[in-house]
Amino acid sequence: MATKDSASATTSSASGSTATATATATATSLRVEDVTVESGIEPGASAETMLVTTDSLEEFEQELSSSIDDRQMKESITSTISDIQQDPVDSPKTLAMNLEKSASFDSNEIDELSQQFGQNSLDADPLKCKVWLAQKKHVFVLSQAGKPIYSRYSSEDKLVTVMGVMQALVSFVQAGNDMIRSVHAGDTNFVFVVRGPLILVSVSKTLESVPQLVLQLTYVYNQILSVLSQSQLTKVYEQRRNFDLRRLLTGSERLIDHLLNFMDREPAFFLSAVKCLPLLPSMRDAITQTIVQTCSKIKNLVFAILLANNQLITLVRMKKFCIHPADLHLIQNLVDSSESFKTAESWTPICLPKFDSNGFMYSHVSYLAEDCQACLLLLTVDRDVFFTLSEAKQKIVEKLRRTNCLEAINESMNKASITIAEIGLSEMRHVLYKCKSTAQFWSPGFQPPYTTDEEIQRLLGCYQCLHHRLHSPSRPLKLIFQQLDKETMLAWVTSGFELYVTFEPLITKTDAINSIGKLLKWIKKEEERLFILNSPTF
Amino acid sequence: MITVEGKVVLLGSQGVGKTSMINRYVNKSFNNNVNPTIGAAFFTCTINLDNAKVKFQVWDTAGQERFKSMAPMYYRNANAAFLVFDITEYNTFTSVKSWVTELKRNVEGTMVLILVGNKLDLADMRKVDSEECRKYAESIGASYYEISVLHDEGVEQVFLAASFGLLKLSTGEKDIVTTLKIYDFNNSEIKNSDVPLSEEVLVNMNIAHGIKEKPYLCC
Ligand SMILES: Nc1nc2c(ncn2[C@@H]2O[C@H](COP(=O)(O)OP(=O)(O)OP(=O)(O)O)[C@@H](O)[C@H]2O)c(=O)[nH]1
Ligand SMILES: [Mg+2]
Repeated sequence: MATKDSASATTSSASGSTATATATATATSLRVEDVTVESGIEPGASAETMLVTTDSLEEFEQELSSSIDDRQMKESITSTISDIQQDPVDSPKTLAMNLEKSASFDSNEIDELSQQFGQNSLDADPLKCKVWLAQKKHVFVLSQAGKPIYSRYSSEDKLVTVMGVMQALVSFVQAGNDMIRSVHAGDTNFVFVVRGPLILVSVSKTLESVPQLVLQLTYVYNQILSVLSQSQLTKVYEQRRNFDLRRLLTGSERLIDHLLNFMDREPAFFLSAVKCLPLLPSMRDAITQTIVQTCSKIKNLVFAILLANNQLITLVRMKKFCIHPADLHLIQNLVDSSESFKTAESWTPICLPKFDSNGFMYSHVSYLAEDCQACLLLLTVDRDVFFTLSEAKQKIVEKLRRTNCLEAINESMNKASITIAEIGLSEMRHVLYKCKSTAQFWSPGFQPPYTTDEEIQRLLGCYQCLHHRLHSPSRPLKLIFQQLDKETMLAWVTSGFELYVTFEPLITKTDAINSIGKLLKWIKKEEERLFILNSPTF
Repeated sequence: MITVEGKVVLLGSQGVGKTSMINRYVNKSFNNNVNPTIGAAFFTCTINLDNAKVKFQVWDTAGQERFKSMAPMYYRNANAAFLVFDITEYNTFTSVKSWVTELKRNVEGTMVLILVGNKLDLADMRKVDSEECRKYAESIGASYYEISVLHDEGVEQVFLAASFGLLKLSTGEKDIVTTLKIYDFNNSEIKNSDVPLSEEVLVNMNIAHGIKEKPYLCC
């Protein structure tokens, strides 16, 4: 597959300047063995994991390796959900059947409604608006027929022409049996992802690489699937190529908005990993056991997930099934963007695209208690068990309260994350540590100079650049040592972990290596608190 | 003292204010930035009348198109339905009518119907005529209320009307098909017990009162 470049001829999208390239070259003289860690003790490593371990670039590779035709065919046809439902236990009427019904629409009705949508907002032309044009990263979603579906910074129906152009570009290249991937013009990257009946486009002036932007667009696509499911999405377009998807997505734009902002400030996405709420292992075990014991008799319960401040407290799963970090990120996005979960118990259908893109799971969503703002999700494939789960939740909370677990959760939630300075590592400022075998990561609290949103964004941007260069499809690296104006950064990938470290700008290599040794020892010492090292099942 | 426990379903188009209404009543609050409901949300509340206690189990459903197929799950066993529309959007009134048709077709039990026109604070943008609503309500045996959740006007009355409606259902003719749970604590052994009432106990008591219990969808 060729990259179609109209403005520049390079296929490499790495944003590194020449300065950084030399820095990398010198880094090869830095030997990994210099770092004093005994082998086999990657902090946080575990043979058991409840998360599917992946590289975030998996999406990009899929994207590259599949041709247009087989991608459309390949969108999964298997159904995990009906597998669970068809377990010999008396299976209730399946979700899938009910879905069929929901997808039939009266097309007159649809036209009428889509017209209303098209007419109601009459703000000015965004293409003439300076603020709009200056946005760092636009994201657009349109149908293969060119109908606007979503735009990050303006109402999409103002952008009919722009989206028309995008659609024309995509279909022009498709007509030549090829696929447009990205266009580079000056400091702007235009990245295209064509998935099923949708076209997703990112127009970015950030330093993010093409694979990273592809990943983000894939997340947006998955967010749409999570609302509609693959089968419903395919079906509406099979019935009408010209379908206006906004009708089915109303109210969900906020999920996409939130997701895009979330990805801009959360390393979890590009790391393809999840962060845990630090807890004493005995407390975490008690919480997990409470959930396991209370729920073990409930049939068809697939996952129980307890989240606090966007971090994982525990996750219990049905034997045989793991959860993909990408699915967990969508769940986190849903919880983080829905205040209303705090006021009532909810019974929420959700499609987890990595788990089963064609069916819905039902999720009992509730916060543990007024005085403990951790969110419990009980995911099942059985849509009739709300009250069973509601009762189970009550029991879980009572037990957790009696055993002081709620207090422990609160204490950890209210405590500011430990900083590198508090750990006592001088000259080091910040770090991202991902344990590969468990797909979990840890990062300390931000300390000066990373105290403003702007500085934090810049730092995350640096990490993303490093991440891209470690995983560059054309030339992956194991180690990068990079002296920049405002900081020195080191990135290191081994078979067990990925490490991204920010130092004072003038640190020497020897000192850097020494302090990484100390850091890894500290993480090792704390690993039981920072990570979930087992993988409990019902 | 008699206690009646009834299931209530909130139906109506997206954005008419169903979630705002139940939140106003249960949590005494109003949030301008309430999220559209995804799926459904479950609330409970209790109303104490002079000689009775009415417990509501409320399903607040999502008005968005894509959840339409889930609705039967929530209305099938309901004893009362709040049919909510927005007085400034005529099509939300039309969609209430189609909900009523759907209910009449799919629900056997007697149901208390309450038609609620919300956003009375926007009366100068009114698109739905009060008189038309009143007539329509009468034609389907419903009561009609115009309320403003924003200004907290009329919300209490709606729930009060529902509790009277349920009470009436519970004391009505014995052959009315209903899933209402009624228990009379004066004759009850479990009156002072701390043990939570189990489903079984309730079913037995209903039989004692001669009321048929339909099987529950969700339990
Ligand atoms: N002016 C005015 N606005 C109201 C009133 N009640 C609710 N709203 C607003 O109407 C919007 C929608 O309210 P919701 O309670 O979410 O509506 P809903 O019926 O639950 O919507 P879905 O969950 O999507 O079905 C919100 O912005 C509310 O603030 C009211 O009495 N007056
Ligand atoms: Mg609602």
